[in-house]
Amino acid sequence: MSEKIKRYLGEEVKAEEIKEGKIPIEKFKPKAKYAWSAGIAISKFLEELKKGRIIASTCNKCGRIMVPPRIYCELCFKPTDGWTYVKDTGTINTFSASYLAADATRLKEPIIVAIIDLDGASEGMGIIHKIGEVEDWKQLKIGMKVEAVWKPPEEREGAITDIKYFKPVKEAATL
Amino acid sequence: MYGKKRVAIVGAGLTLFRRRLKETGKELAYEAAKMALDAAGLELRDIQSVVMGTAPDAFDGVHMKGEYLADGAGAYHKPYTRVFVGGGTGVFTPLAGWWHIASGQFDTCLVVCEEKMSSCYPHPQYAFTTIFDPILERPIGMNLIWIFALEMQRYMHKHNIKKEHIALVSVKNKGNALDHPCAQLAARITVDDVLNSEIMAWPVQRLDVSPTSDGGAALVLVSEDVAKEITDNPVWIDGVGWCIDSTHWTNRDLYYPDYVEYAARMAYKMAGIKNPPKEIDVAEPYDPFDYKELHHMEGLLLCKKGEAPKLTAEGVTQRDGDLPINPSGGLLGVGNPIAAAGLMKVCEIFWQLRGEAGKRQIPGDPRTGIAQAWGDLMQYGSVIVLRR
Repeated sequence: MSEKIKRYLGEEVKAEEIKEGKIPIEKFKPKAKYAWSAGIAISKFLEELKKGRIIASTCNKCGRIMVPPRIYCELCFKPTDGWTYVKDTGTINTFSASYLAADATRLKEPIIVAIIDLDGASEGMGIIHKIGEVEDWKQLKIGMKVEAVWKPPEEREGAITDIKYFKPVKEAATL
Repeated sequence: MYGKKRVAIVGAGLTLFRRRLKETGKELAYEAAKMALDAAGLELRDIQSVVMGTAPDAFDGVHMKGEYLADGAGAYHKPYTRVFVGGGTGVFTPLAGWWHIASGQFDTCLVVCEEKMSSCYPHPQYAFTTIFDPILERPIGMNLIWIFALEMQRYMHKHNIKKEHIALVSVKNKGNALDHPCAQLAARITVDDVLNSEIMAWPVQRLDVSPTSDGGAALVLVSEDVAKEITDNPVWIDGVGWCIDSTHWTNRDLYYPDYVEYAARMAYKMAGIKNPPKEIDVAEPYDPFDYKELHHMEGLLLCKKGEAPKLTAEGVTQRDGDLPINPSGGLLGVGNPIAAAGLMKVCEIFWQLRGEAGKRQIPGDPRTGIAQAWGDLMQYGSVIVLRR
């Protein structure tokens, strides 16, 4: 604010004033619903998840193996050239332990989420998913190896949640 | 010269930033726009074009929000457009105003930004859940704070940065805001206050984050010819830059915002800036989270990658330091009515360069300043260079 301006506009309202009905308000709750087409590339990805496999698309020009797969390479701006499976194991690229639910309400037990760079895909090709079977999230580290924990085949429905979560891979030495 | 006409800012306006304001979005737009016109000594009939910036319609629950706000922005019977690039909107809107005049089409443009986040309840956070990919991300139960936590964690890991050093940004900005008459969350706090505040999504804690806010901001832009007629102290828009990264945000390394660097390089090239830390006297990088100020200082080439926490710890970024960063108090201190918060930063640089920032005035007769905003899925950078 400029020192030349002496009057600052804006009338503050406290939450209590709304609760006590002192401020006239009008309420509305939208009822629109949506049904999204998963698209050409992601439909294939979801069908493969149902079979317990993770499929990537490839671009012969830049050489990338891309997850999530797409029908076009956004760098080369040309159609992708093929499909290939990648592994259901990977490395934690970054993670968070969230005490916030989607609507910002507080959680007692945190949801642990991570970007997981999948083995067999190009470097840095991560997907976002949950991490499970961790006693204390403070033990998690960037660079840790993780593996997918799948729903049983009969419960899979062709969705990203067909993978329940990723869990840390037990070190060979401790087996 | 870039464009057909050089463009000056000749007036700025700002409302209070608060969690809830009684004014509607239209009323906030009007209050800020009228203040900017008064400051410029102009009237609405002098204005040939209007650009409005405002973020997701979902906050207001009013679709076609640009049209809804038009009267308040002074657009009646004028060429009018609304622009929207997520959190980047507040700095992008004056960039759009710039090309209205630089194109040669207009001599005056009123730039107005407004945000009213309080309409959405129980918390505007929920409106953000609809920005994620509906097939692959929303079923995970995405929350906006998560993605920043993921980015912050990656940034800290890459450069081995401690939270204590990041918390210094929150301490500085909330303290700077004590001198800002519009500020919502001005406070004298300590690093321990930040480190002991509620964990939201680790490593993000309550005092690492800016609030949700209502507020409005506005600028009056004019061509060089008009500026010479009406003012002795115009502030010139000498550089503009903007850039977007891929929406496949899990396929990028989040430790560094290269799209901000590309936007900055575009703006610096236009302004003839070759050595940003030496040639820039004051900067308002986007700080919705404390780590973002550091992240953006690096993306804006104000220091080397990973060096921003050290400069902060050494006091370089204080108002009386060698490179004052967010002397306004930023989003962390003044508040974060998204589009209006970005434009507040441009207003601050305008006032700093004119020597009108009062208690917030940085010493040393600043001549060149920058403001930057950031948004969408951690993928958008908008940068403006101002000179006296």
